Amino acid sequence: MTAYARRAWIVLWKDLLTERRSKENLNALLFFSLLLLFLFQFALGPDREGLRAALPGLLWLGFILAGLLGLGRSFMTERDNDCWEGLRLTPGDKSAIYLGKFLGNFVMMSAVEVAVLALFGLFYDVELWPVLGPLAVVLPLGTVGLAAVGTLFAAMTAQVRARELLFPVLLLPAQVPLLLAAVSVTQAVLLGRPLAEVAHWLKLLAAADLVYVVIGVLTFEFVLDA
Amino acid sequence: MIGAFRLHKAYGRTAVLEDVSLDLAAGQCLALLGPNGAGKTTLLRIFATLLRPTSGELAVAGVDALRQPEAARAAIGVVAHGSYVYEDLSAIENLRFWTVMGGGDASRGRLRDALQQVELDAVAGERVRTFSAGMKRRLGLARVLLGRARLLLLDEPFTGLDQQGKKWLSEFLLAFKAGGGALVVATHSFGSGLGVADRVAILAGGRLLLDRPCGDLSWDELRRLYDSLTEGNGAVG
Repeated sequence: MTAYARRAWIVLWKDLLTERRSKENLNALLFFSLLLLFLFQFALGPDREGLRAALPGLLWLGFILAGLLGLGRSFMTERDNDCWEGLRLTPGDKSAIYLGKFLGNFVMMSAVEVAVLALFGLFYDVELWPVLGPLAVVLPLGTVGLAAVGTLFAAMTAQVRARELLFPVLLLPAQVPLLLAAVSVTQAVLLGRPLAEVAHWLKLLAAADLVYVVIGVLTFEFVLDA
Repeated sequence: MIGAFRLHKAYGRTAVLEDVSLDLAAGQCLALLGPNGAGKTTLLRIFATLLRPTSGELAVAGVDALRQPEAARAAIGVVAHGSYVYEDLSAIENLRFWTVMGGGDASRGRLRDALQQVELDAVAGERVRTFSAGMKRRLGLARVLLGRARLLLLDEPFTGLDQQGKKWLSEFLLAFKAGGGALVVATHSFGSGLGVADRVAILAGGRLLLDRPCGDLSWDELRRLYDSLTEGNGAVG
């Protein structure tokens, strides 16, 4: 393994181990997602058909709101005991830190999404088994983009006073193309249409993912040093 | 190891460092004294390449630290207020993390040796959350031992330590110096760090008011000088 890959891996290992022990984010996110499900149900009422039509949008809204909470806190551990400063002082390419944090956030968000998806199926009586394959394509594609841009903005706002306000203000507009594509593909999947019909949206998702990850890798060093 | 020439740092119109010049050779220790707000931490952060001066020149370990901070960082170790530790990782896990991040050999035996040197081997597997401030400081020093630092910058390292901890730290710093390393120990506490230092510098109001070998002054003379130089000349701005 190269030094770069070892550094990205150790950041991922540290973040997942810290989360496994503290369970600060995961527990809060799961509880938050559960609350969202209740709120959506109250807001939309007993109309099952209306609910089903809105389901893809609600699903991704749930992911993004949970992501706002989880991603926004992803650099909090670096603030404690000046670890941020320690990371700045490490020699070598700082983008390895970004990749490690991004992968950690991706794993965390994926775990939350799997739980939310199962709860959605249960709450709204949606048959998910037949569409699990296509969902296994669209969910990671949407999550990569969300985690990539979320990790970068979380780093940018971690050291500012109004970070709780600034983080969603930066993140949400950047999520618009991802949200559009992910909701469209999820809708097609839940309606049982083949992925080939929404290939253009999938391409947009993949392109947005690539752009966001590359921007993160290229700019993280400046963000860390700012 | 350090060559600083006319370092100046200002935030807007407020100058926090003014024309600070000093040199430090390998195997030397400089005690940087000054009251709270004198600019000691700012100067240490500039030496550590964490902060850019508004003007001036700085070389660390033979490298232009302002133009090539990355190259200089390989030679710098910092023990600041925060200790750079993750509370939910154990002592040995913290060392593994920082050693890999520094590009070093993170084999278990090596990490254990470092913990033994700072007398934390008995608690290697315990989470840092349970450690005292002194233990965290020692873990920070173990991190430095595992790196390739030749210049160690310490900000108030004796704060929060008991007598035994202070004695242990002094011995550690003497050993680091004897190994050819250079040290800058910044403190507002007059007595601390002088036992290790070869030179003493007094910083007040952002200006370097004195820089002399320790042997040139008796303890009482230094005390009087410190009091007279820092009186009414503490915080900047």
